[in-house]
Amino acid sequence: MDFTRRNILALGSGAFAVVTFTGMPAFASKTDDAIAAFTGGADVTEGGIDLTAPEIAENGNTVPVAVSAPGALSIMLLATGNPTPSVATFNFGPLAGARRGSTRIRLSKTQDVVAIAKMEDGTFYRASATVKVTIGGCGG
Amino acid sequence: MAKGVKPRVKVPKTAAAGEVITIKTLISHKMESGVRKDGDGNVIPRSIINRFVADFNGQNVIDVTLQPAISTNPYFQFDAMVPEAGEFKFTWYDDDGSVYETSKKIKIA
Repeated sequence: MDFTRRNILALGSGAFAVVTFTGMPAFASKTDDAIAAFTGGADVTEGGIDLTAPEIAENGNTVPVAVSAPGALSIMLLATGNPTPSVATFNFGPLAGARRGSTRIRLSKTQDVVAIAKMEDGTFYRASATVKVTIGGCGG
Repeated sequence: MAKGVKPRVKVPKTAAAGEVITIKTLISHKMESGVRKDGDGNVIPRSIINRFVADFNGQNVIDVTLQPAISTNPYFQFDAMVPEAGEFKFTWYDDDGSVYETSKKIKIA
């Protein structure tokens, strides 16, 4: 087969389309998998959590994030656009003064940060925040 | 043991019985994510702290599972209830099996 300029361009754009179409759902499903592993397939209700993250993070290497969910047993943090979406899980013990925690996380690009809280009555709540990242923080 | 690991913890010296206090912890650790590559294109192996636990007089306050997406020098801020005088114990677990510990006493004022 002769590789004319036109053929190569067509091949290239085809490959690009495949990458973009398979790339995004792959990340989304990783996030869904992580959520399913945490909730055990239970329904997740929107709200009930206070997730504080900056709107714009200049440096993706350290993005301050705070979560608070009154009555939560544990809170899982996810970064949907990272190569590995899991970030951290806070498990609260009997002496936890308030069901809140804050830390600093890495974000590879502009994306949604999601928090899932497991309540004492076994229900699950979810909150998300979009963070714009100027410089990615995963070494890429 | 990873080099230069130093835990720092900020706990008030005194509290009223039953008071909720805020604790800040930071440990210097490079938290190598396992995604980065060195100059020759080889992946630098993952080396992170994967668990952080805070206890007060043997009772758990918070137990955090860390993933590579936690920043270098992992920092945590959280609230703890102080029912009596005693000692906070903070423990960090490294991927390589090292355990870093520090503790802080608190009095009832």
